[in-house]
Amino acid sequence: MKMAPFLLNSKTISFVLGKLRQSATDLLPIVLVIAFFQLVVIRQPLPQLGEMLFGALLVLIGLSMFIQGLEMALFPIGENMAYALSRKGSLFWLMLFAFSLGFSTTVAEPALIAIAKEAAQIAMEGGLLADDPKTMASYAFGLRMTVAFSVGFAILLGVLRILLNWPIHYLIIGGYILVMLITTIAPAEIVGIAYDAGGVTTSTITVPLVTALGVGLATVIRGRNPLLDGFGLIAFASLLPMMFVMGYGVVVFGI
Amino acid sequence: MILVIDFFKTLLLTSRDLLPIVLLFGFFQLVVIRQPVPNLARILVGSLYVLIGLTLFLTGLEDALFPLGKIMAEQLTHPDLLGNGSAVLDLTDWKSYGWIYLFAATIGFATTIAEPSLIAVAFKAREVSGGAISEWGLRITVAIGVAFGISLGAFRIVTGTPLYLYIMAGYMIVIIQTFFAPKTLIPLAYDSGGVTTSTVTVPIVAALGLGLSAAVPGRNPAIDGFGLIAFASLFPIITVLAYAQCAQWLSTRALMKPRKEK
Repeated sequence: MKMAPFLLNSKTISFVLGKLRQSATDLLPIVLVIAFFQLVVIRQPLPQLGEMLFGALLVLIGLSMFIQGLEMALFPIGENMAYALSRKGSLFWLMLFAFSLGFSTTVAEPALIAIAKEAAQIAMEGGLLADDPKTMASYAFGLRMTVAFSVGFAILLGVLRILLNWPIHYLIIGGYILVMLITTIAPAEIVGIAYDAGGVTTSTITVPLVTALGVGLATVIRGRNPLLDGFGLIAFASLLPMMFVMGYGVVVFGI
Repeated sequence: MILVIDFFKTLLLTSRDLLPIVLLFGFFQLVVIRQPVPNLARILVGSLYVLIGLTLFLTGLEDALFPLGKIMAEQLTHPDLLGNGSAVLDLTDWKSYGWIYLFAATIGFATTIAEPSLIAVAFKAREVSGGAISEWGLRITVAIGVAFGISLGAFRIVTGTPLYLYIMAGYMIVIIQTFFAPKTLIPLAYDSGGVTTSTVTVPIVAALGLGLSAAVPGRNPAIDGFGLIAFASLFPIITVLAYAQCAQWLSTRALMKPRKEK
């Protein structure tokens, strides 16, 4: 297949325009909400309007390119990996891949680093942690590792579920009940952060990869339905961090 | 000039996000699988698109949208605007914050529609279901869930009621729904909780939470500012399950009707 992404013929131009229009539709609600509140409720002049419009243009082009790259790269990579690893037939390598995918994409996530620092600050203010940079840094580091480990473990568990055909709702409901039980004994300072940690762990690059991996596996393995079995990996990746972070709180601070 | 520096800073950050994935796939391709990758050139070009696209997207967001969202969250939570000119205003009364709930709901909806990870999951869901699940149907359902979740989260910050009560009630609803919802959509519904809260939604929602908890008397931003993201990832599960239930109910009713007429 020949690649000529920047060739300027009428077909390419209409393709690019189509993509841009799609992204413009995706972004339209934000523009409407901001315009409504600025014009009707706040009624104050917008600071740096020109710069903002230019930023919006960047967002538009960026989103179109990302979606194009999604179909060209991220989905095929995840699917290829699922096919190749299941053809190889080695459970060990598949599990190792699942765990490393979750762990490596989470451990350096900037949102997680920021939340871990904030969590240390809150614990210090709550009198749970000594006001000393070293203690706080080691607490934040431990929290980060806990979350990264839990995401790795979550993807591993989700892949295992697809292989062994465990029903997802029992696992997730069991997880919810566990979260509720741990909430009752975990220190209050960590509960809010634990709940939020579940949401921030799944980044824009990880989600398409993990989804393609799950759907790919469910397509290759006989007797699995891609819709019924392929999804659900992200659900584990947002549930387990809650449990593990509260568990970390219980271990570090006691009940 | 600042924009160019911002661009390269974001490019560096995005590359760092991509790096573990590149290393992981490189290792598995070279050491474990040891077979040529199909369509390698296409994948490489696509990865470049992802890198540059995401960088432009984030640079634009940080330059245009996030400052604006933060300013708006501050302005809307400012006592002058809340009071609407009148001198007597009870800031502890949850009814004083009407605009906030509306802003929370609409901005939650709008940012979710623009969320790239949700676009990815909706695309896959349509592909896998052979078109039975419509991309826009799923995205709008999820966005309604986020809208409801965030405005309820704002209500919680204003009233100062404990977070875990809401979350537990939400879990209960999800558990009950799970028993009645059509099996095929359950995994997708669970997934839609996690994908809603990434690049676009989190910064604006976090700013709203912090601004609101600073404005309401008796709230501590460090403790009460958190939790909005948890709401935003719980309620889409409920709306997607409800959507699946409605769709199932409508289709069984459509099936039953002709039989009755006979």
